[in-house]
Amino acid sequence: MTTILTNLFDGVAYGMLLFVLACGLAVTLGLMNFVNLAHGAFAMAGGYVCTVLVNRMGWPFFAALPLAFASAAAIGIALERTLYRHLYARSHLDQVLFTIGLTFMSVAAVDYIQGSSRVFINLPAALQGQFDVFGVGIGRYRLMIIVICGLLTIGLQMVLAKTRFGSRLRAAVDDPRAASGLGINVPQVFAFTFAFGCGLAGLGGALSAEILGLDPYFPLKFMIYFLIVVTVGGSSSITGPFLASLLLGIGDVAGKYYVPKMGPFVIYTMMIVILIWRPNGLFGRTAAR
Amino acid sequence: MFVRKPFSWAAAVAAISGLAAVVPAKAQDTVKVGLILPMTGGQASTGKQIENAIKLYMQQKGDTIAGKKIEIILKDDAAIPDKTKTAAQELIVNDKVNFIAGFGVTPAALAAAPLATQAKIPEVVMAAGTSIITERSPYIVRTSFTLAQSSTIIGDWAVKNGIKKVATLTSDYAPGNDALNFFKQHFTAGGGAVVEEVKVPLQNPDFAPFLQRMKDAKPDAIFVFVPAGQGGNFMKQYAERGLDKAGIKVIGPGDVTDDDLLNNMGDAVLGTVTAHLYSAAHPSQMNKDFVAAYKKAFGNRPGFMAVSGYDGMHLIYEALKKTGGDTNGDKLIEAMKGQKWESPRGPISIDPETRDIVQNIYIRKVEKVDGELYNVEFATFEAVKDLGKTKK
Repeated sequence: MTTILTNLFDGVAYGMLLFVLACGLAVTLGLMNFVNLAHGAFAMAGGYVCTVLVNRMGWPFFAALPLAFASAAAIGIALERTLYRHLYARSHLDQVLFTIGLTFMSVAAVDYIQGSSRVFINLPAALQGQFDVFGVGIGRYRLMIIVICGLLTIGLQMVLAKTRFGSRLRAAVDDPRAASGLGINVPQVFAFTFAFGCGLAGLGGALSAEILGLDPYFPLKFMIYFLIVVTVGGSSSITGPFLASLLLGIGDVAGKYYVPKMGPFVIYTMMIVILIWRPNGLFGRTAAR
Repeated sequence: MFVRKPFSWAAAVAAISGLAAVVPAKAQDTVKVGLILPMTGGQASTGKQIENAIKLYMQQKGDTIAGKKIEIILKDDAAIPDKTKTAAQELIVNDKVNFIAGFGVTPAALAAAPLATQAKIPEVVMAAGTSIITERSPYIVRTSFTLAQSSTIIGDWAVKNGIKKVATLTSDYAPGNDALNFFKQHFTAGGGAVVEEVKVPLQNPDFAPFLQRMKDAKPDAIFVFVPAGQGGNFMKQYAERGLDKAGIKVIGPGDVTDDDLLNNMGDAVLGTVTAHLYSAAHPSQMNKDFVAAYKKAFGNRPGFMAVSGYDGMHLIYEALKKTGGDTNGDKLIEAMKGQKWESPRGPISIDPETRDIVQNIYIRKVEKVDGELYNVEFATFEAVKDLGKTKK
């Protein structure tokens, strides 16, 4: 029983991490209808900012996290203003080719600046190790991930559903022409949304460095995971990718624990089964646009 | 001479184009060595260490041997066998190289083997570690290691040192399976029991569930083989899950505590016992000089890949010296067989029958020396041949 709970805990933490990493992609893909395969590059940027601040400059870990978010968001804004916005009206194929090119450039650039060795974040002692709750092993770092990501998810959902900005964004997505007619500054809304998505990726990258490892190939290695989350969850809401991340995280951990011979195939099998059952993802709307 | 432009630039270019810049060489008085290494991709640290070590060797020994100028032509294969093959073809056909060398991973070394046979030129393997490699062409020599060498020794050592129950965690590819099988044979032959066996995917992001399984199996130790680079992730999560406090030790071939990364792994790695061919802390004068020179030139410690590259270059120099500069492939291979020399890792030789390396394997324990983590050697098994072949 305690083993099941320990695995459940690990799975939830892993799923939450996947969610923060991938939800920015769900936003650009689902809400803005833009295929941004360079999403992982923003996550990597956040990860490296965080490690450099913590390891080389001696910043406390928790002070480096917001900066990881901010710097990835800043890079996002800069790229959105200069490059991405010219591609909003282009076909998905153009967007894919452009962003995959960006991904390769980011890999080469980081390799050049940082070298290809894997880097690790020096965590504060308070975040290391596990403690026991009735025999269930709770990793401190993983608990922190669950808390941070849980709060983020609630906040995100509130912003989208309850705030003025959320309704402007939804209006801008559903009908950009009518929205600008109503006085909504559509490009600004998009730029802000895009930057926020990149910031989330950056935060995810910073949080994942400890567990997934950080090297220049991060964007390529984890692209497939982001895409699985968004495909399985559907990209028309935040709830979809959230539940998909949890399901995949728990499924992946449980699969590796109980049937290690199946290894990585559990997550792919789950994806295939879900997509056969619901081709538009768990929460996909069939005729969204 | 190294003909490449400042190296990182080329690496950046290579990542995009898949090709490194090559300048054609003149004159028949040069001997060309085609170096095929993963300079980009997940195995890039292997490539960089070997490239650095070869640069160092040529700085120290000069670039002329037996009246011939040595020219290195470097190609990046990103450890993808198809690219290795193309690179080897270009080197042999267009550049007319006299040696091909390098090879970061087993599939790359195997992909080039038929080309070495056809062109009748020596293939000097400086990294890849599966036993079968030297059997795939009579022109292959190896200066790195085989996994059988270290895995059998740690198996024998463990069972004699109070470790009776072991769980294994190995990467699911040829070297991982080699490591697992050779370890198991020797460990169980000595009376030990393998209580849990997990093969993890080669590109594994999170070790948590596997480590939980190890913890629940309550072994005396975990036998680990993951490619150098993932070792750090593994050790961190091993500590996070409290396996060190549960008294479960880590043993294995030395890849998990590669000198390259060891210092960043944190104190959880202290006490890890591995069997391997080289440690930056090897206490010979030659090694001290080697480590100092390497650190001075490149700013970090050499790992076992660096020393394999250094020795590979030495073997090429010595072979040319012995043939008096003759570049006939058969003569060069003959000259390489039975070579014996002192390397930074200790005395080594090339087995004349298998063309594979014979070397000491050291049992080492991770300790803190002057505030840095090192693999400190405490037992030596001398002149170990590749047991993957001697059985046949």
